[in-house]
Amino acid sequence: MNKHLIALLVLLIIAIAGWAYNVNYNTLTTIDRVKDLRAQIADEREAIQVLRVEWAYLNAPDRLAQLVEENNDSLQLAPMTPDALQEVAVVPFLKPGETLSEQLVGEPSERVIGGFPIPAARPAGIQF
Amino acid sequence: MAEKAQKRDPISRTESRGNWRLILLMACFVACYGAVGVRMGLLAATDPAEPPFERDGGANRPARAEIVDRSGHLLAGNLPAWSLYANPREIKDPVAVATALDPIFPEIDQATLHRKLSSNRSFVWIKRPVTPRERQAVHDLGFPGVFFGNREMRIYPAGAATAHIVGGVKAATEAVNYAEFTGAGGLEQHFNERLSDRMQAAEPLQLSLDLAVQQGVRDELRIGMERLTARGASAILMKAKTGEIVSMVSLPDFDPNERPQLWRGEAAYNPRFNRAAQGRYELGSTFKVLTAAMALDAGVATSNTIIKTPPSLRYGRHTIGESHRMDPEMPLEDVVVRSSNVGSARIAMMVGTRRFKSYLDRLGFFDPSGVELSEAARAKTLMPDYWTDLSTMTISFGHGLAASPVHLAASYATLANDGTRVFPSLVKGGIPTGKQVLSQKTAREMLRIMREVVVRGTAKRANVPGYEVGGKTGTAEKVGPGGYDKNRVIATFASVFPASAPEFVLIVSLDEPTDRSGRKPVRGAGRTAVPVAASIIRRVAPILGLRPLQEGDGASVAAVDVTTE
Repeated sequence: MNKHLIALLVLLIIAIAGWAYNVNYNTLTTIDRVKDLRAQIADEREAIQVLRVEWAYLNAPDRLAQLVEENNDSLQLAPMTPDALQEVAVVPFLKPGETLSEQLVGEPSERVIGGFPIPAARPAGIQF
Repeated sequence: MAEKAQKRDPISRTESRGNWRLILLMACFVACYGAVGVRMGLLAATDPAEPPFERDGGANRPARAEIVDRSGHLLAGNLPAWSLYANPREIKDPVAVATALDPIFPEIDQATLHRKLSSNRSFVWIKRPVTPRERQAVHDLGFPGVFFGNREMRIYPAGAATAHIVGGVKAATEAVNYAEFTGAGGLEQHFNERLSDRMQAAEPLQLSLDLAVQQGVRDELRIGMERLTARGASAILMKAKTGEIVSMVSLPDFDPNERPQLWRGEAAYNPRFNRAAQGRYELGSTFKVLTAAMALDAGVATSNTIIKTPPSLRYGRHTIGESHRMDPEMPLEDVVVRSSNVGSARIAMMVGTRRFKSYLDRLGFFDPSGVELSEAARAKTLMPDYWTDLSTMTISFGHGLAASPVHLAASYATLANDGTRVFPSLVKGGIPTGKQVLSQKTAREMLRIMREVVVRGTAKRANVPGYEVGGKTGTAEKVGPGGYDKNRVIATFASVFPASAPEFVLIVSLDEPTDRSGRKPVRGAGRTAVPVAASIIRRVAPILGLRPLQEGDGASVAAVDVTTE
């Protein structure tokens, strides 16, 4: 009976040792993975930071003003004037069942809904 | 038996001692393993937390907080960059290296670089910071002895538009792979502690400034300045109720990413000089509004009180004259509307020097303006050492006292805020308003008179339809070698709009403007600063969300919080 008990205990020890070994190495690989992920996060953060700054730089007021001027032929933008403000209520929203194509008759410059001219279509070749 | 027992006794004693030891040992083991077991159990039971180590000791956190405008546009940010340095002892051919680096860094003097690289030291800086493109170019050369270190770089994406406000940084301590910045001018210096505090580094500093409005104001001011061949210009747009500065422009300006270091010209025309917060100018007749307000508030006059306005007023050896013909007498209202120096001096005397000074003090003219720029703290109002009654008389129409345009903006905002003191601020939310300086009745009456100035007085060109502009012009002659110089003036227009329900205060100031569109050159503010202010209002009011009043509308103007995308 003693022998059985000893054999059982030895097996138990082997099993526990195996389990401990496994857990140990799992932990180490996990730590490695965390390290990698952290490095990756750091890189991504840095990339985000660079992109944010670049976005702000590309949207710098002076640069935008210059681009608007250079592309004046196709954009034809002008600074907003006080008479450009209107109530939301006057916007000629489509009625249920109505489609925009029904409203678009005639030359683009003559298209009018409810007394208001429709903005010109986006110039060809510009994607958003 | 007894003998046997006696014989076995030492053995049994040893045995029992051995048992005792075993038990002790077992207890030890149980305690140890028990402790380990309990600890493991605890670890398994608790929620997993991130292990407290980081790849680079937390260096991926921003070193310095960002600065953003009121709607979140980046005004000052950080960019990972590199520093370029060399070990001259490892460089075989300094001439070749210097020559090869020259096209990449044309701004570095080649002779200096050559001298640096052929020195006997083991470390010399070549350039910092280095952009990614320059880094690649140097990499492609592949010279030994040239190295890169990591470091951050402070960048101002909005460029010249906010140059005077953000200020700049300089490296306080630096090594090969890091640089710690400290503010050098502007907000960067004023808020240095807040911006460099690691605990708050992740949270950007949000300003009251609106970048879109700033650009609009700057654009219109530049156009006006060029048209009128002015040497400099400044504009401040402030929220009347809170003192939040929505736009502050000073021209000429500069690119804060390449701060010009040396300026050999006149200090007043250094592009780095902030005319709006740092410059102090005699603000001319814009002070008449304050003088009249004091008289109303002190109860010594009403807007209908008749003031005698002879062509000139003698005081001791001094004579106060007018710039244009005046009626011999007029009500107080018209002294402001028609801008009479003599009338204003008489009103100031009615108020009295002591009260006059006390009002100016409570309006904030005797302290630094408090706007959060390092330069502003040093811009104390210039005034006479010995303040006589004559000083009061000349200061009543803006001569003899030089204050910054921010001071003027804050005093007009106080008027627009029903007389409760407004403190100028560049931070979103502003500074809480202070004490009641002038009565509400006085403040409202002054706004009505300021509106009259635009409707029938010296500032007719500011009458932008729908915005009820009210204000006061000021033309101050500059001091030249032989006293005041008639041909060189500072033209200022201080305005509030809409006058019936004030939302914004706008100060426009031009340095030596001349309108040459007519037969004779004109320098007065009514033909220079006023039209520029009008074009600024026309340009930015829609961006500010201010809807123009239609004919027949009530006194209300729909105003929404300033936000632009």
